[in-house]
This record gives sequence, C-alpha cells and structure tokens, in this order.
Amino acid sequence: MTEQASDFELVIRPKYGLFDLNWKELLEYHELLFFLALREIKIRYKQTVMGASWAVLQPLFTMIVFTLIFGGLAQMPSEGIPYALFSYSGLLLWTYFQNALSGAGNSLVGNAQLLSKVYMPRIFIPTAPCLAGIVDYGIAMTILAAMMVYYQFMPTAAILLLPAIVLLTLLLAAGTGYWLSSICVKYRDVKFALPFFIQMLMFVSPVIYPASILGENLQWLLALNPLTGLLNAHRAVLLGHTPVDYVGLAISAAITLAIFFSGVLYLRRTEKYFADLV
Amino acid sequence: MTSRNNKPIIEVKHLSKEYQIGMDRTYKRFTESFTNAVRHPVRTLRGLTGPKETFWALKDINFEVERGEVLGIIGRNGAGKSTLLKILSRITYPTEGEIVMRGRVGSLLEVGTGFHPELTGRENIFFNGAILGMKKREIDDKFEEIVKFSGVEKFLDTPVKRYSSGMNVRLAFSVAAHLDPEILLVDEVLAVGDAEFQKKCLGKMGEVASEGRTVLFVSHNMGALSNICQKGIVLTGGKITYIDTIDNSITNYLKSINTNYNNEVSLVNHPNRAKNTKTSFTYLSMDLENAVAYYGKPLVFRIGYNFTDPVFAPQFVASFHAINGAKIFTINSQWQKNNFGEYISGRGEVICSIDSLPLLPGSYSIYLRLWQVGEKIDDIQNAMTFRVEWSNTTEKQYQFSSDMGMIYVNAEWNI
Repeated sequence: MTEQASDFELVIRPKYGLFDLNWKELLEYHELLFFLALREIKIRYKQTVMGASWAVLQPLFTMIVFTLIFGGLAQMPSEGIPYALFSYSGLLLWTYFQNALSGAGNSLVGNAQLLSKVYMPRIFIPTAPCLAGIVDYGIAMTILAAMMVYYQFMPTAAILLLPAIVLLTLLLAAGTGYWLSSICVKYRDVKFALPFFIQMLMFVSPVIYPASILGENLQWLLALNPLTGLLNAHRAVLLGHTPVDYVGLAISAAITLAIFFSGVLYLRRTEKYFADLV
Repeated sequence: MTSRNNKPIIEVKHLSKEYQIGMDRTYKRFTESFTNAVRHPVRTLRGLTGPKETFWALKDINFEVERGEVLGIIGRNGAGKSTLLKILSRITYPTEGEIVMRGRVGSLLEVGTGFHPELTGRENIFFNGAILGMKKREIDDKFEEIVKFSGVEKFLDTPVKRYSSGMNVRLAFSVAAHLDPEILLVDEVLAVGDAEFQKKCLGKMGEVASEGRTVLFVSHNMGALSNICQKGIVLTGGKITYIDTIDNSITNYLKSINTNYNNEVSLVNHPNRAKNTKTSFTYLSMDLENAVAYYGKPLVFRIGYNFTDPVFAPQFVASFHAINGAKIFTINSQWQKNNFGEYISGRGEVICSIDSLPLLPGSYSIYLRLWQVGEKIDDIQNAMTFRVEWSNTTEKQYQFSSDMGMIYVNAEWNI
C-alpha cells in the first residue's frame, strides 16, 4: 500500500554544511507555510470587539496624532502634499514592517513547542507572520484609497511597481526576522531589545518626515537604511507626487536581498540546535 | 518489489548525541558571554575549540528495523529513549553517526502540538494535521473519521479553550492517530486521557501495527509494549544493553531495575511504593537460588515489617503479576485464616509458603499490600521480579510451548 514511496530515502547526519538548504523540502512542505500564515491571521483578532478594524485603526490614529503634532504644530515639510496623506502613506508600509518584524523576531521562542515536538522546516515559523501581515496591509490600504479620493490624487502607471515594493518589504522583515529570531533562541536579550530597535528604526526612516529634511551630506547615511528607498518608492508610486527614485530603490533592494539571503543561511545553519536550546 | 524494499526501513549506525551541561540555563545572555570573554579570554578561546563539560545522551547506538516491524524502546527515565526518537524525527541532530530511513516518517512525541486555544476544533484539526505533516487533501479525506474517533462532533465549531482537558486530548490524539506514514514514532502519548480512552488509543496503535506499518514505540507501560511490539530494545545510560523479542527485553529490563534478581530486596525506600502510604514493609526475601523458582515446587517468601503504630487485624496481601502487569493470582493472609491476633506492632517477619507453585516458566513480579480493617497502609507495586523454570523432575516441559498461558490447571478428561 505504500509502494509509491518506496524510493524515498532520508539520511540524517550531524549537520555542518553552510549551504545545506534543501529547497526541495521547503517546496514539499509549502502547504504548511500557508496554514501557519492562516493561523496567524485567524487568531490575531480573536476575542476583540473591533476585530480586523484594528488593522486600520493602528496606522490611522498614528497618522492623526502625527498630523496634529508635526503637520500642524511643527510645520514639517511633506514634499508638497498634504501632511496627512504624506504620513499615512508612510505609516501604512511602516506598520506592516513593524508588525511583521516583531512577529517574526519573537516567533521561534514563542513557538517553542513546535520546535521541540515536531519536525518541519523551521524557516516557516518566522515567515508566517510576515505573510499574514499582508492582509492587514491590504485592509489599511482602503483608508489611503479614500484619502486619495478626498485629496484628489491619482496613482500613475508606476503603481505597477507596488507589488514589488511590498514584496521587498516582506523580504526585509523576514530576513531581519530570521536573524533576530535565531539569535533569540540562544540569547533572550533580543526579546527586550527588539521593541526598542524597532522604535529607533522608525526614527531613522523617512516615515513621518521626508528624506530631504536631512542635509545633502547625510543622505548616504539614510540610504544605507534599506527602508529609506522602500518608503520613498512606496509613497511615490502610490501618490505620483514625485518621480520614483530608482537608484535609491535599487540600493534598498540590494541590501534587502543581502539581509534576506544571509538570514536564510544563518537560520538554516543554526536551526539544528534550536530544539536543544529553546 | 524493488531491491530497496528488502533493505531495512531504518538503519541506525554509530549514533551518538552529546549535550553540554554545567549550566542551569541552556540559553545565554549576551552580557554573560561578553563578560566571560573579557575576563577569561584564554578560557573562552579554549572553550570554543577545546573540550567542554558534556554528557552523552546516546553513545554509539546501532540497530536496524525491518519493514513492518513494531519495535518497543524500553529504559529508565533519562536512558536516552526520547532523545533517540527526537533524532529519528529530525527535531534535533546527532553529534555523530548516521541514520538512513527508507520511508515517510510521522512522529507523535506529544499530542496536541500546535493546538491553539482560540481556534475551533475544526480549525485545529486542519492546523494540527498540517503541522504533523499531512497534506490538506489527506486531512479532507480523513476529516469525518477523525471527528468520529474523537467523539467531539457537537463541539466542532467551539474554540478549543472551552473544551475539557479530556476532549482536548481526545481530539489531538485522533488527528495524530490518522497520520499515515510508513514509519510511526510514538512517545508515551498513551499516558493521557481516561482509562477508557487509553484503551481506545492502544487499540488504534495495535491496529496501525497490524497493518504492517513500521512503529517505534517508547513507553513505560509494559503491558502496552508487550501487546503491541514484537521486538524490544533496552537502553541503559544512552547505550543499547539488550535487543531481542519484546518479552525477553522486558524481562531483561525489569531484571536490571530490580537489583539484578536478588533473592532479597529492601523495601524501605522502594521506588514503586504507592503515594499516601506508610512505609511498613522493610524487606522481601525469597528462599531461592538466583531468584529462580520452580514450577510445581514449594515457594517460600518472607516479608519483613516495622510497624511504628499498631496495625489492627492486619492483612498481608501478595499478588503475582506477569511482566506486562496482568494480575495472575493473589494470596491474602486473611483468606488462609491465619489470625495474627488483634494487632501487631514493632518489627517482625511474616513467612508465607505456597505448597506448589502454579506458575509456568517465565518472569513474574510480586506486588505487596498491607491492610488494616478496610484501610490500605502500605502498597508496593513490582516489589521484586523472579523467574520460574522447570525443575529437573518435571516432565511436562516437553508438552508445553511458551504461549500456553501462565498457570497450569489440572483437569481430568474422559471420553
């Protein structure tokens, strides 16, 4: 009755190789990744009154507060567009990134039972929250659409780049998440450092202020942060108020891919001792 | 059949697993690593390359499992049983050695892994199934069966956090029991649920085993092991100390934990004493050579006691059990009308003689209990294990095979 699988042969050895990636196995288990992401989505707003509207409320209220403080009182420049629209379009992507990264970063330790009781490609565990966050991003996008109608903004053809930008943000959150969650299995300090790290990251990214606010001579510093290119391009393709900075986007994409692939390697290399440490 | 099917389905070669010890936490803080590195640079460097304080959970394990074999893994706590299953299921990796597996592996190291309290029973069936390695189509196909087996039909759309713990376990086991791998690894899941459900689980396990699936089963339940498995491995301190048929392996194991079949065991700090009892028995001694009793011959044993409080109308009860735990017969001092007086106190010894031992050759254990008018005072399970053999003068041995049962009953036949 099991003849069809009789060619199957699995060899378990102490793992040493850096490039022991086994992509075939990831493919074989791909359904599980979607199950994990689905689980994440289903449990996120269980037993809340507001339900999925939290996906909207989080960036919306942040936008209102920032608009009152920075747009109103501080007269923050906003690339010539209404500050509310400027900050919301930034917060939209930022909120996704922030939730995905904090979910991914805590995922391995938070799912200790999965690590110590069953086998599955461990990389799915930090990937799932990054995938699940896309749904929230989509819900929060409706507010931006409404604001664009209100302020009479039309996206240009460059909006076709949006999926690529969101995908890059996903890879950045996942890649950073792979590093941090793997380190967290051994060093729990990450759990405490992560919220702080995320907060700092927001202040060094052009979420609520335009990149131009920093002087010419500091632009390179900002460009090293892969979120800079992504946030700028995200805003530009949606609102069409400035041309897309392709060089900035390319630099961000390169750094993002470097973080992602090194994260994959680091996680796959360290996962062999997860069950012993967690 | 391809030639590969003739190869063993599992081959374990020189498998070893080393754990680092000497820390009460296995994870470290940055500051610890950092300050250690600053304070003891040489030691830290040496620690990275040189020897560390370690402990071998498994050392040089070698065995093979044939397709369709049901193997029991026996050993004390800490003998390495669970580590072995964890390595076989790829949860953790070996330090040395190699395993070749020629079949899809499913492992049941704990039921309900991945169950989320906020999700409904229905949702959890799907998530748990996926986590255990089932494809969505497989779960769809078996959904009805899983629900039926678990008996929680009415609560399928209720979040699992509203379930009783029994329902939770039943649902979790049902999902796991419907896994369809060629190699099934099971670790002590049967220790959960009520007696009735445990029986159902054992039945399901037996069914899986009889379907020709390969099963590796870790348990402390000798009865379950003996009923389900064919072959047994005894692990002692991370090494395989015995491989043979399951019954021989169980005998070997019980022998090793019962101080090597001594004729006398101390009962003062016996590990198998039941909770909430008062230590009253002090020793059990058999008048035997090498703990071997003979079928049909007298068996004499002595129970030492020390009653700090007087025991009124004491009843000494000894029951004889097969190695799988099944009770064969009981003797009770009161049935044999031995009146020890109104009460006994202080130290002493009770001598019990059985005229003719009815037990057929095999291994057996004695459970001891002390009662005083309806109240249990002392209770020791598996106080001692002993072997029964044919005596030189018995001729019946030529007529018996090993599966005739455990006692001999004389009968008269007429035609």
